[in-house]
Amino acid sequence: MKLRTLERLTVLFSWAAGLLLLSAVTLLLGYLFVKGYESVNLALIFGEAAPLRAILLQERVFNGLFPAIVGTLSLVILSIVWAIPIGMATGIYLAEYAEPRAKRVLDAFFDVLAGIPSIVIGLFGFSFAVFLHKHYSDRIGPCLLISSIALSFLVLPYIIRTTQAALEGIPRDIRLTALALGATKLQNIFLVLIPKSLAGIMSGIILAIGRCAEDTAVIMLTGAVASTGLPRSVFSQYEALPFYIYYISSQYADPAELMQGYGASIILLLLCAILFSVAYGIRKGLTHFAFYRP
Amino acid sequence: MKKCRELVAERAFLLSALASSSITVAILAFMVFMGLPLMRQGGLYQLLLKPWAPYQGSFGIYPMIMGTGAISLLSLLFAFPLSLGCSFLIGSIAPKPAGRGFRRLIELMTGIPTVIYGFVGIFLLVPIVRELFQRGSGLCILTAALVLGIMITPTMTLFFCDSFDRIPRTYLDAADALGASPVQKLLYVILPAAKNGMLNGVILSLGRAVGDTLIALMLAGNAVRVAESVLEPARTLTAHIALVIAADYESPEFRSIFACGVVLYLFTMAVTFLVRYLSFTKDTTV
Repeated sequence: MKLRTLERLTVLFSWAAGLLLLSAVTLLLGYLFVKGYESVNLALIFGEAAPLRAILLQERVFNGLFPAIVGTLSLVILSIVWAIPIGMATGIYLAEYAEPRAKRVLDAFFDVLAGIPSIVIGLFGFSFAVFLHKHYSDRIGPCLLISSIALSFLVLPYIIRTTQAALEGIPRDIRLTALALGATKLQNIFLVLIPKSLAGIMSGIILAIGRCAEDTAVIMLTGAVASTGLPRSVFSQYEALPFYIYYISSQYADPAELMQGYGASIILLLLCAILFSVAYGIRKGLTHFAFYRP
Repeated sequence: MKKCRELVAERAFLLSALASSSITVAILAFMVFMGLPLMRQGGLYQLLLKPWAPYQGSFGIYPMIMGTGAISLLSLLFAFPLSLGCSFLIGSIAPKPAGRGFRRLIELMTGIPTVIYGFVGIFLLVPIVRELFQRGSGLCILTAALVLGIMITPTMTLFFCDSFDRIPRTYLDAADALGASPVQKLLYVILPAAKNGMLNGVILSLGRAVGDTLIALMLAGNAVRVAESVLEPARTLTAHIALVIAADYESPEFRSIFACGVVLYLFTMAVTFLVRYLSFTKDTTV
C-alpha cells in the first residue's frame, strides 16, 4: 500500500517538474517577446540608413544592430572555417587510424578540452594576443582573428567527437565492401565512410555553429567592443550581438537603448533558431545528395 | 604514387590530432606561465586562502572560490529535482509521442544563448527577488543560482535520459514480463541500473555550472567578499576574470586572474577524470 503511494507521488512529481521547467522557459522567452516585439523592425537593424545601401556597404549604419549582426556572422564563419578541417581530420584519425592506447590518451585530452570553461579559453586568447603584441607586432591586439581562433578551440571537441562517433557507428559490412573490391584505406574513407556519416558530422557542425553564435565569454575578452561599426579586416575589433546584449544590460543610458537590447536578444534568439534549422535542412539535403550520387 | 598519398594523408591526420590535443596542454601551460610570478611571490597557499584586498597587497582568490561553490551548488540543488522529474517524464511516464516531443523541446532549450538568460534575469527576476525579500538590490547568489539552475536543467535532463537509454533491453523486457507498470519499471529497474550514468550527468552539469560566466556576472552582484547568506552578492571565479581583464597588464590584480584560470582548469580536469573513472569502473563490472 505504501509503495503505491510512492509510485503515485513519482508520477505527480514528474509532471510537476516538467510543467515547472516548461513554464519557467515560457515565462523567460514570453517576457522577452512581449516586452521586445515592438522594437523589432528594420530601424532596429539599420537605424536611419537605407537597408539596401547599408547591405551593399554604401552607407554606414550608426543607430542599428547591422554591424553587430555582420560581426557575429563573420565570427561564426571564420571560426568554423578554422575548426572544421582540423576537427574532422582529428576525428578521422581517432576513428580509423589510432591505436587503442593512443586513442585513450587522446580521448582524455579532448574530454578535458571540451570541459574547459569558455572564459578560460577567452583568457588564453587574450594573453596570446598580448603576447603577440609585445613580441612581434604593435598592430596585433585583441581582434576578430584572435576571437575566431579562440572560438574554434572552444568548438573543436564538438566536431572531433561527432566525426569520430559517426565514423565508428558505421557497420562492418559497409566498412569492408570497398576494401574487398580493392580500394585503399584513404579511398574507403573519402568515398564510402565520410559520405555515409555526413549526417552525424553535420550535426556536430550545427552544434559548433550555435555555440559560436551565442558565446559571449570568449569574445568579450578577445576583441568584441560596444561600438566600432563594421569590422574592416580580421585584425580590427568588431561588434557582436551577444556582447551588445551584455553591454546594454549593464550600461544602458535610456529606455530607447534598453529596447534595442530587447530587440538584439530577440534577433540573437531567432538567428540561433535560423542557423539551426538551415543546418538541419543542409544535413537532410547532404545525406540525400551523398546517397544518390552518380 | 598511391602509397605516397596514403602516407601523406595519414601523417596529416596524425598531425591535426597532435595539434588539437596540444591546445589542451598549451592553455594550461600558458596560464601557469603567466600566473607564476604571483604564485611565487606569496605562495600558492596565500593565493588560494587569503582574502582579496588589493590595497594591502593581498590578492587571494578565496572569496571567488567560495562564490563559485555557493552559486553552482545551489543551482545544482534547483536543477537536480527538476531534471529528475523531466527525465522520468520523457523516459517512461509520459505517453511516447508526448515524451518524444518534450525531449525535442528540451534539446532546443539547450540552444538558448546564456546571455539571454542573464538579460531576462536582470529585468524579470531581480526586481521580484528584491521585492520579495526586501533586502539589497536583488543581485545576489539566490537570483544567479535560480537562473543558472534553469539553464543547466535541460543539459542534465538529457544526460539522465541518455543513461536511461543505455540500460540493456533485457532488463526492461524482464520487468514487462513480470507485469510491472511503467512507474514500477522506472523506480525498481531503470533507476537502480542507471545510477552510475546519472552520477556522471550530475558531475558534468556541475562542471557546466562552474564554468558559466555570463549568468553569475550579470546576476550575482560581483561583491568581493564571502557572502553570509544567499541574499548577499558574491563574485565567481569566471566573473572575476571578466571584470579584472581591463586592469593594467603588469599589475598583480591582473596576474591573479591567471590563478583563477588555473583553478578553473584544474577543476575541469578533475571533473573529466572523475567521470572517465566512473564510466570505466562501470564498464568493467557489468
